[in-house]
Amino acid sequence: MSHALQDPRPVKPRSSAPSSLTRGGLPRWAPAAIAALSALLGAGIGAVAGLESRMQWGLIAALLFVGITYTASSVVENRRQAKDRVATSLVWVCFLLAVVPLLSLLGVTIARGIKVLDGYFLSHSMAGVAGFAPGGGVYHALLGTIEQVLLATAIAAPIGLLTAVYLVEYGRGRLAKAVTFFVDVMTGIPSIVAGLFILTTWTLMLEQGPSGFAGSLALSILMMPVVVRSTEEMLKLVPNELREASLALGVPKWRTILKVVLPTAIGGISTGVMLAVARIAGETAPIMLLVFGNPLINDNPFEGAQSSLPLYIWEQYKVGSEDSFDRAWAAALVLIAFVMILNLVARGIARWKAPKTGR
Amino acid sequence: MASTTPTQMDTAPPVVSGARSTGRAGDKIFSGLSKGSGILLLTIMASIAVFLTYRATLALSENEGNFLTTFDWNATGNPPVFGIAVLLYGTVVSSIIAMVIAVPIAVGIALFISHYAPRKLAGPLAYVVDLLAAVPSIVYGIWGALFLVPYLGGLTSWLNQYLSFTYIFDKTQVGVDRSLFTVGILLAIMILPIVTSVSREVFLQVPRMNEEAALALGATRWEVIRMSVLPFGRSGVISASMLGLGRALGETMAVATVLSPSFLISGHLLDPGGGTFAQNIAAKFDEANEFGRDALIASGLVLFLLTLLVNGAARMIIARRKEYSGANA
Amino acid sequence: MAKRIDVSGLSAFYGTHKAIDDISMTVEPRSVTAFIGPSGCGKSTFLRTLNRMHEVTPGGRVEGKVMLDDENLYGQGVDPVAVRRTVGMVFQRPNPFPTMSIFDNVAAGLRLNGSYKKSELNDVVERSLKGANLWNEVKDRLNKPGSGLSGGQQQRLCIARAIAVEPQVLLMDEPCSALDPISTLAIEDLIGELKERFTIVIVTHNMQQAARVSDRTAFFNLAAVGQPGKLVEIDDTDRIFSNPSVQATEDYISGRFG
Repeated sequence: MSHALQDPRPVKPRSSAPSSLTRGGLPRWAPAAIAALSALLGAGIGAVAGLESRMQWGLIAALLFVGITYTASSVVENRRQAKDRVATSLVWVCFLLAVVPLLSLLGVTIARGIKVLDGYFLSHSMAGVAGFAPGGGVYHALLGTIEQVLLATAIAAPIGLLTAVYLVEYGRGRLAKAVTFFVDVMTGIPSIVAGLFILTTWTLMLEQGPSGFAGSLALSILMMPVVVRSTEEMLKLVPNELREASLALGVPKWRTILKVVLPTAIGGISTGVMLAVARIAGETAPIMLLVFGNPLINDNPFEGAQSSLPLYIWEQYKVGSEDSFDRAWAAALVLIAFVMILNLVARGIARWKAPKTGR
Repeated sequence: MASTTPTQMDTAPPVVSGARSTGRAGDKIFSGLSKGSGILLLTIMASIAVFLTYRATLALSENEGNFLTTFDWNATGNPPVFGIAVLLYGTVVSSIIAMVIAVPIAVGIALFISHYAPRKLAGPLAYVVDLLAAVPSIVYGIWGALFLVPYLGGLTSWLNQYLSFTYIFDKTQVGVDRSLFTVGILLAIMILPIVTSVSREVFLQVPRMNEEAALALGATRWEVIRMSVLPFGRSGVISASMLGLGRALGETMAVATVLSPSFLISGHLLDPGGGTFAQNIAAKFDEANEFGRDALIASGLVLFLLTLLVNGAARMIIARRKEYSGANA
Repeated sequence: MAKRIDVSGLSAFYGTHKAIDDISMTVEPRSVTAFIGPSGCGKSTFLRTLNRMHEVTPGGRVEGKVMLDDENLYGQGVDPVAVRRTVGMVFQRPNPFPTMSIFDNVAAGLRLNGSYKKSELNDVVERSLKGANLWNEVKDRLNKPGSGLSGGQQQRLCIARAIAVEPQVLLMDEPCSALDPISTLAIEDLIGELKERFTIVIVTHNMQQAARVSDRTAFFNLAAVGQPGKLVEIDDTDRIFSNPSVQATEDYISGRFG
């Protein structure tokens, strides 16, 4: 993974006879000590100055850390070493800055979501529950999400798979180049634009009412390029010798692809599809435009408005009462769990089915 | 298409590298299907542009305001008056704030994973960053609105206190921080993973011998990165940032939950107000009649073109870099 | 200028794998010492321990002593960065910085070590390029990228870059293996000139090359694949190629294995 440049710092500086090769150096524990000192000072300054936000305490501590490191290293070592140390600490700070929001987001969602999350919440809809009142559940939304995502996968996975097969096994010339380029560009389509597109065609032109299926159509547009990209990568990993061996036996190309190439890559392909599913499961905007939302259980995705987890969170958030916030957090927790499980399973498959190379 | 030469016999030795099939019906159907899927994807892209443009022209022909300069969105009124000036401004400004915050941090994290982290940690760390990408945007949205906004109070009042002379950090309205600035911070957190993972890949591709050249001259680790890694990775970081920008421009739910919208353009970034394309569509859709929807579709078309432009440019940079590094390999 | 290298009891590891075992030798200043031996015998690894480049490989670890005159490179408080500045290195494949001009490539090492006046830099770059026999070929295009040069020119650019910082020792890791015969000849001539000023250690696969350029030759061998490499003998090049004291050396030189 990384090719970290491992430069063990000299163990103990000072004292050894001065020469061209040795230099003064901070002891190995210096960064840790400076970090602890800055954290203390940061908290102290923050508390004395009456700053409420812990974020500010952290910022002060981080700035102190960089400053003290630079000064100490400049004095004891030299300016180049000081710069190197500052760069190292900045890189560490960047990393911590990224971890803080993730931990906070997970922590807050779990802490607040666990409050109303129970069997009742998972098995009941919002039928007869006023938005600002306690009670109700997420069952109808969970059902809607699962149905919509399955439908979207049923549309997008075959198309995406075949397109990837085309690009890797058949594609030559301009058409293939155009497809490659636009698949990449398609990855960047905002979900709300995909929603608007289905709105213009399905709803406005064909005059269909809101349904889970309409949402699936928009989701499948978002899903296709992701499936194409990941499947393409996997197919490219299949060694050419396998194809040649099969073709040399007189097996036609399409059977070679179906019987040799795809089975070899199936682990990676299913991982890619599941990651794509995880991505679309959290989409709200197209559902809002096309599926409308429904407090009741509607198990038919082809007829009438449905709900979905992300949309449910949005609706509960908009109601704006303490009880609806609780439901929003609980649903967010369910959604994150859903997505994370998909992610973990996908990566598990990837590891389990990873093509074993000879080395 | 795979040039299916029907005269070719079944027993003919299959040509491996070429696209020729053995001429069986199965081959024709299968290659036709896969090619058809590719064409279908292109068709979808084309029809998005065509249909959105068609509905947009319906709305634009009735618009009494100037679509580009009007500071209002009253598409259901009589006469209808709507314009994208505020939305364009809000979309661009919030995305720029997101980029200014996210890109340096993402480069730092990417360097951390590729060159600083202990080897055993690098893999799990990359995974953690990818997890950030898996969190749905609506969850970021409610986290931003219910948790981040109250927390930012300290930071924004501090900015206002000491940096109000910069004009942009001058907070003229009292109230919660449901501003473009807050939206920018939230978007920054959301695009961190994509910018990080693309940059990380590029940094890992830096040829070992380029790094050793710097090391052998007596460069410190940071100097190695400045002499070898960053110059090599520059175009990769640029395209990674543009991919992130594309995400930020089109984000709907996180903006809709956090921003308190208004149809004003203000240079005071800490003041609540403003709007973005996606947020405006989400907010106005429920109350819109058919004409109102067409107007929203018109704004969606602008967003579509904007993201198309940014993503296309990013992909071109990546493609050119691939050719470049391929030639040197 | 040039310093003596005195290695004693040096072993190098990749993780738990021992790559070279208990090597001791002396390299005289202002001479060329060649390392020869079959693939995998650890001669390149040993070379990289002489400027502490071995330890940048993940898992790389060294035991033993390398004395540069009277200083141990692996002693306490020794800064690897300072070591590498003192002991320069030229690699197997030419590796000029691809984004830098010819001028900037040569000046890169100097710029790391402080700020110089433009005129000083000009002098050093010209002197180094002349020292690398490259000046006449590139003096009109110093601002062009170094990657535009031919392979042999790139390698001489890398030598110019290495000698610009006035190192005590110059390590060369198969510097000609990626080059054509004419470029190889140019580099070999250059090595002959450079030994007036530097202590030079060169790893080579090519025994004729070792015979042509070096004053002393060290033969490395390994007992079997997976075993650590060892120093078999080091002696004057003439003796190694005419009358080596160990049978294995003679077998290798006469082409019986390797």
